[in-house]
Amino acid sequence: MKILVGVKRVVDYAVRVRVANNTIDLSNIKMSMNPFCEIAVEQAVRMKESKQASEVIAVTIGPSKGGTETLRTALAMGCDRAIHITTEQRTDFLEVQPRAVSKIFQSLVQEEDPSLVLLGKQGIDSDCGQVGPMLAGMLGWPQITFAASMEGDSDKLTLDRETDAGTETLEVQLPSVVTCDLRLNEPRYATLPNIMKAKKKKVDVRDISTFADLDLEPHLQVLEITEPPPRQAGVMVESVDELVDKLQNEAKVI
Amino acid sequence: GGSVPIADEVIVSIQKLNTIHNLDETSGILKCDAGVILQDLQQYTMKRNFMVPVDLGAKGSCLIGGNVSTNAGGQYLYRHGSLHANVLGLEVVLPDGTILDLLSSVNLKDNTGYDLKQLFIGAEGTLGIITKVALHCPRLPQERNVAFVACQDYKSVQQLLIMAKDVLGEVLAAFELMDQGILNLVQQDMKIPISMETTTSINTKNENYPFCVLIETQGSNKQHDMEKMEEFLEKAMSSEICIDGVLSQDLTQVHKMWDVRDSCGPVVKSTGYLYKYDISIPIGDFEDIALEMRDRLGQSHPSAIVVSWGHIVDGNLHLNITTPGIFEEDPSLTKRIEPYIFESVIRRGGSISAEHGLGQCKNSYLTIAKDPKALNIMKSIRTMFDPHGIMNPGKYLPDDHRLANHNGTL
Repeated sequence: MKILVGVKRVVDYAVRVRVANNTIDLSNIKMSMNPFCEIAVEQAVRMKESKQASEVIAVTIGPSKGGTETLRTALAMGCDRAIHITTEQRTDFLEVQPRAVSKIFQSLVQEEDPSLVLLGKQGIDSDCGQVGPMLAGMLGWPQITFAASMEGDSDKLTLDRETDAGTETLEVQLPSVVTCDLRLNEPRYATLPNIMKAKKKKVDVRDISTFADLDLEPHLQVLEITEPPPRQAGVMVESVDELVDKLQNEAKVI
Repeated sequence: GGSVPIADEVIVSIQKLNTIHNLDETSGILKCDAGVILQDLQQYTMKRNFMVPVDLGAKGSCLIGGNVSTNAGGQYLYRHGSLHANVLGLEVVLPDGTILDLLSSVNLKDNTGYDLKQLFIGAEGTLGIITKVALHCPRLPQERNVAFVACQDYKSVQQLLIMAKDVLGEVLAAFELMDQGILNLVQQDMKIPISMETTTSINTKNENYPFCVLIETQGSNKQHDMEKMEEFLEKAMSSEICIDGVLSQDLTQVHKMWDVRDSCGPVVKSTGYLYKYDISIPIGDFEDIALEMRDRLGQSHPSAIVVSWGHIVDGNLHLNITTPGIFEEDPSLTKRIEPYIFESVIRRGGSISAEHGLGQCKNSYLTIAKDPKALNIMKSIRTMFDPHGIMNPGKYLPDDHRLANHNGTL
């Protein structure tokens, strides 16, 4: 079966985000693959290694230069080929929004005919978590979000799904959309031989304007972006009595 | 043992002198109190897109004044230079109470008179207490890439180092070595990014490579640095100088790879009693000295293991010996190691303490490590600053009577 994996280029997880002029300041900031997308790629590659999947295609929507880097990582981890939808618009929700992304993916799914679409559960920039469910809805496919484990064959998958109350075990018929959560796997490092091989892998580059008939205009407008208020320093107390006193009289929680 | 009292000394802590004064963004000159924690200084500079030129595993607790007093080296010395180069000024309180101001007028270049601050850098508190530091800080590199690679023998490691300097050129920032022994210990705590799969008739298991090297590049342009890194790795792999490796794809992986290297010290410390040696020797001798010690101890103390790692690009090896599971010192083992190891280092033209200093454990070995004329001048300097011998007595230089009786051998 064919697997389509979505990979998003986001501000590196380890970098402190800066807010300036009512927007996230992306100047000179380190960008990397969304950690949940990394997990999705790892899962797809493992399925290929265990012969469950025949081909893994990585897809990204992003700028010409930056998007290529994200796809190189996906290819170096083991994806077979990639599709790069180029756009210089911001993909962190401010310009390209989940609805537009879902529509593009829907179009690509119709073109490539995969049995499984693997996505990260959410982008760490937008924290939306919407593309998985939206895409499944548009395709009329079942969706499993927050996958924590996955087993199966080319017809159906058995997955554990994270919920606030615990883990659900579900079975789903393919084709399906699955969004990946932290516990699903530990992504591999890109090995040197695979990085070299990745250079020769095919990347199909198309501009986002080729999807103009899909109505990709954002329907949500971001009004304001501010940093959260700075954390207040904690108060050190000298004794249990003082702690009780403060909890009672200052914090008023007991 | 430089900060450990020998008898009934008064311990002075400067941790309350912890104000960061200012960072001039055009020149990169940072002025602060000596009691600022290194990590706090790093966060302050990072916010302003600068970096402190020294970085060590102990950053969460060590103070910048202590780093200066011990001339701390760290992993970026090759790229950013030592504190001798980066410290531009100091305020020091001398043993007689005089406040020596070598800081209020600080410049990147200043050739007016003897460069007194150099005496205090690395003096381990013997000439005075550093209270303020002026440091030159480089701009924060926008791009950091780390490769974790394997070599099948030590000859390849040396070839890899030369190739790294050639191909990576100015973006090479760190080149750290780990031998199989230390990798085996670290593996008990965390996953090593690469390992050999060896198949026996019974099962397949993961063995560590003979040598692993962590290579970091730092630069201002992602594409440029990536191209260089990939060209270097391609060359290294195709010439088989390097037989395996992985390359970081994001900062989290950069940190994870450094975690492996940073855990070398703590891991060996928790394995057994630690006999720790920080030496500078010709890079070609690194494997040889480890083999020499293994051979020497193999006969007398077969339970001891010799592991090594270090800043190979600086010619600095951390040679560690430990008795797994035994946490008490074995005096016979210490005797078997010292002074033999120091003599071996000196014979090879090396330094018995590359970056860890002398303190109270290595000071007596200065009599064989240094020319007596040099030692006598050092003693005179110390006496000039501290005639009553109140600063870290019994440490740093050999005890007086040893110096007087020195005849060139131990």
